Amino acid sequence: MSSTNKHILNPNKWIELHADYLYNYTISRINNQDLAKDIIQDTFFAALKAQANFKGLASERTWLISILKRKIIDHYRKINSTKGKAEVKMNFYSDGDREGEWIEERAPSSWGSEIEQVIENDELSEALENCIEALPDKYALVFRMKTIQQFETEDICKELDITSSNLWVIIHRARTQLRKCMEESWFKN
Amino acid sequence: MKISCDEATKICDKSQYREASLWEKIKLNFHLFLCKKCGLYSKQNGILSKCYEIHKDSESRKKHCLTEEDKKHLEQELKARI
Repeated sequence: MSSTNKHILNPNKWIELHADYLYNYTISRINNQDLAKDIIQDTFFAALKAQANFKGLASERTWLISILKRKIIDHYRKINSTKGKAEVKMNFYSDGDREGEWIEERAPSSWGSEIEQVIENDELSEALENCIEALPDKYALVFRMKTIQQFETEDICKELDITSSNLWVIIHRARTQLRKCMEESWFKN
Repeated sequence: MKISCDEATKICDKSQYREASLWEKIKLNFHLFLCKKCGLYSKQNGILSKCYEIHKDSESRKKHCLTEEDKKHLEQELKARI
């Protein structure tokens, strides 16, 4: 390969050229401005330290994104630890004779008949966002990537280093919890 | 053939993304035939998917940018380390 085709790094221009792109990339996964800013700052610092590893084969932005992806995995692993697990609300009995059955107060109740009108309301999005934010962080992240960003299952699994059966359990728990939250805040009369 | 409500609603969620297998769908339908609660869940799940779609559209219209102040701050932090 001729050396003229190689990409070079120019850290002095990183903020100007890539900060918004990296920020958008992060915000679409982790909908928290302060956290997203911290993560991209970490990414730029890590990139500075790793400059010597840059081979020039990918563009500067692609290389920065690959570092950002690792930061997002780190974040995912952190929220996947004990603290995240404590916030999970059970919807089904997890053992005993009734294992796998609905826990009575979490089971669906009727939403009435004027559903179409209720959906076509400008504030729906806001109510939904509040419910997503009430999810454990890990569920919110996976749910957003799958449902709001509509990424392929395979890509999410790769990006977060989880299996597809992991992913569906998370999506299932997130959606059951969101259903309950929307029932209480929106659909109940 | 027999599955729990937990399993049935998981398949139901998966099918909202059109990713449930044929066998899963058969098991789900068999369960829905017998279980009212999951029947209601399944019906509401379709409504929720519409809501999520609306939310997706409203989110995709938003463009997220850093403020000039944020960028300046980042720039300073970064330059200090170069």
